[in-house]
Amino acid sequence: MTDQTNQDRVFEVDDIHVTFDTPDGKVEAVRGVSLHVDRGETVAVVGESGSGKSQIMMAAMGLLASNGRAVGAVRYRGQNILNLPPGQLNKLRGAKITMIFQEPMTSLDPLYTIEDQLSEPLRVHGGLTRAQASARVLELLRLVRIPDPERRMKSYPYEMSGGQRQRVMIAMALANDPDLLIADEPTTALDVTIQAEILRLLAELQRKLGMSILFITHDLGIVEAFADRVYVMRQGRLEEDGPTARIFHAPATDYTRMLLAAEPEGEKPPVPDSAPVLLQGQDVEITFGKPGGFLSKSNLFKAVKGVDLTLREKQTIGVVGESGSGKSTLGRGLLQLLPAAGRVIYLGRDINGLTRQAMKQHRDGLQMVFQDPYGSLSPRMTVSEIVTEGLLVHEPGLTRKERAARAAQALEDVGLSGAMRNRFPHEFSGGQRQRIAIARAVVLRPRVIVLDEPTSALDRSVQKQVIDLLRGLQEEHALSYIFISHDLAVVRAMSDYVMVMKEGKIVEEGPTAQIFDAPQQEYTHSLMRAAFDLKSLLDAG
Amino acid sequence: MFSYAIRRLLGAVPTIFLIVTAAFFMMRVAPGGPFDQERTLEATVMENLNRTFGLDKPLWEQYAMYLGNLLRGDMGPSFIYRDMRVHEILAEGLPVSMQLGATALVLALVVGSALGTVAALRQNSRTDFAVIAVATFGITVPNFVVAPVLSLVFAVMLGWLPAQGWGDWNQMLLPVIALALPQVAIVARLIRGSMIEALRSDHVRTARAYGLPARMVVVKHALRAAILPAVSYMGPAAAALLTGSIVVEQVFNLPGIGRYFVNGALNRDYTLVMGTVVIVATFVVVFNLIVDLLYAVLDPRVRYD
Repeated sequence: MTDQTNQDRVFEVDDIHVTFDTPDGKVEAVRGVSLHVDRGETVAVVGESGSGKSQIMMAAMGLLASNGRAVGAVRYRGQNILNLPPGQLNKLRGAKITMIFQEPMTSLDPLYTIEDQLSEPLRVHGGLTRAQASARVLELLRLVRIPDPERRMKSYPYEMSGGQRQRVMIAMALANDPDLLIADEPTTALDVTIQAEILRLLAELQRKLGMSILFITHDLGIVEAFADRVYVMRQGRLEEDGPTARIFHAPATDYTRMLLAAEPEGEKPPVPDSAPVLLQGQDVEITFGKPGGFLSKSNLFKAVKGVDLTLREKQTIGVVGESGSGKSTLGRGLLQLLPAAGRVIYLGRDINGLTRQAMKQHRDGLQMVFQDPYGSLSPRMTVSEIVTEGLLVHEPGLTRKERAARAAQALEDVGLSGAMRNRFPHEFSGGQRQRIAIARAVVLRPRVIVLDEPTSALDRSVQKQVIDLLRGLQEEHALSYIFISHDLAVVRAMSDYVMVMKEGKIVEEGPTAQIFDAPQQEYTHSLMRAAFDLKSLLDAG
Repeated sequence: MFSYAIRRLLGAVPTIFLIVTAAFFMMRVAPGGPFDQERTLEATVMENLNRTFGLDKPLWEQYAMYLGNLLRGDMGPSFIYRDMRVHEILAEGLPVSMQLGATALVLALVVGSALGTVAALRQNSRTDFAVIAVATFGITVPNFVVAPVLSLVFAVMLGWLPAQGWGDWNQMLLPVIALALPQVAIVARLIRGSMIEALRSDHVRTARAYGLPARMVVVKHALRAAILPAVSYMGPAAAALLTGSIVVEQVFNLPGIGRYFVNGALNRDYTLVMGTVVIVATFVVVFNLIVDLLYAVLDPRVRYD
């Protein structure tokens, strides 16, 4: 590290501390971290959520929330830029140091066109005229390979997909030929195939333009494929750092080893064909929108097209596909949470189109766990109220005491202590909340649970625990799962049968091993490659 | 958007019809009539008057007649202002009321936005608390208190401004302020809230991260988004201003339609009250439509078709 000459050191963070004043007192998010990036390097900072990795960059760029304070030093080419007045910092940010954020859907201003937004930093920093900026915007959109750039310049962000918006952000980041690009989880919100494209684009542009990249992520797969050096962070401190190959092959600390081992493991043997069928969907179709009427055009959209599915006892069917493929809609349609066409047979009875009242008697057997562990639990109810609410509806004969016992049992089943039952959801971590959501489902002793991305919002290490929990519950209570996820690694570990969805249709299905090891369809193949073989994809680019 | 506007206008017809119907019958349920005076008129005189104005006919017939005339653009004769048709009276008062209301609306939007923005930028500072205090005052103290107090202090006691009349800017000042104050307060609160949210939003963070000057970040990126809730409030605000103007016009003795409305209601001048109701209802409906269309212009994501 010390043999680098000063000229090559583009960016350096020196013993930075970041603290936040909260109503509960001071919270120290970053506790003395030093790192550096040299010219042309790609450096990754990895850590789980809450490790403070993003806050370092926010502090460096003067973007901390108003209750945040940073001390230490951040040097750009030797000059300390930490806590510079905004006027001076503005000469650097957006020009020499640029950022891409995690949220492609909200990082662009919804009220201005792409051209407007891309022009701003060009005109502010480069002093370009409107016409010059416009020409440069077109050039940049071509550089990041936005299709039909002349038309896209005039588009608003909401008219573009997440992947395209992230390309626009990259174009904005490259607009003024920066020395350093800070990418904060730039692909986390994107599908694997889009993620691979974006990373490939970044790698290619780096080769072409020579800027350094500081990549913040929780995804070790990306780090291995993408970074030259790695810093591992944990709870505001640096755990270790070194060249990527060394970190991956000879991790020095237990924590890094744990992170590396946190990829979901295991497999599920298929259930025998003799296992009883619990839930069956025949030619299920789900349509959104409204038919045309007086003075209005019809805007019908078929989200699920003719899907057949048979779920047997103790089976886990993985439904994979990119966002918008209709997999969540299918799950909801099967549970009669959305009106569907076709037949849905549960325990030998067609339940499709039953009235709410008639459906009620089946609801306790058909449960659902949602993706968002923050939004799907009422913030005003205690854990015990959340878990027992379903019992009030489905088993009204139970006494208060019996309900409490059932809730305690359910909480214990999901690995939470009964002592936590009077707390509110906000007092729990994401993983614990997901456990509460699972307890809410299992307390009714269901036969089928639709798990809609239950692990997608969780860190890998927490994800692993939740997967183990779901597996254990399946054994214990003879549960059947429909496991909806875009995360192929998790699906491989959890399911014994996989259905691949694209644009509302099942493009391929079969036993897990067959789908993962010998996919027949080109689409499935490209999904697998983007998920498991990122490195070869990037190298090919 | 054009077909949306047409549909909305068509939808307004039953709304206005319902308002007219309700107002018509409610007026008639109220005790007394247009020709009741302190000294009771002779029965034959009363009969003649009633016959002249068609009040001797059954109520449903009067109602049908009124609707028929209204469709032809005739609001009937005033019962109290003899020899005047209702639409003539309203045509006289309307420009004054419109001027008063529009000025108050612009004032509410401009001053409210400015106060709200300043408060949001200095959240939890003294400036912020001062704005919140003013806003709370403006919302809680009603027009009929503010207007006489302003008149008392600035016109009667200090003698800085005239207490009544309309035409000069100094005559406009007090009524406009009295009318706008609650709206300034509401807009300030709305903008403060949405501005705080906008300043924390991801795209404002992007604007900062790209080194845009502070004013550009605040005005172009934060305020533009934050103003949207205030724009949709303009519909209800217009309605509130119309009701408020009835009080304010009375206090400052302005020749607007609000004064005629009050006099008409007190004297059971059925046609005059009905005329005012029709005008005000139409205005509120149309103004709400304009606001909705304006919203679509300001926010490209809103499409009505």
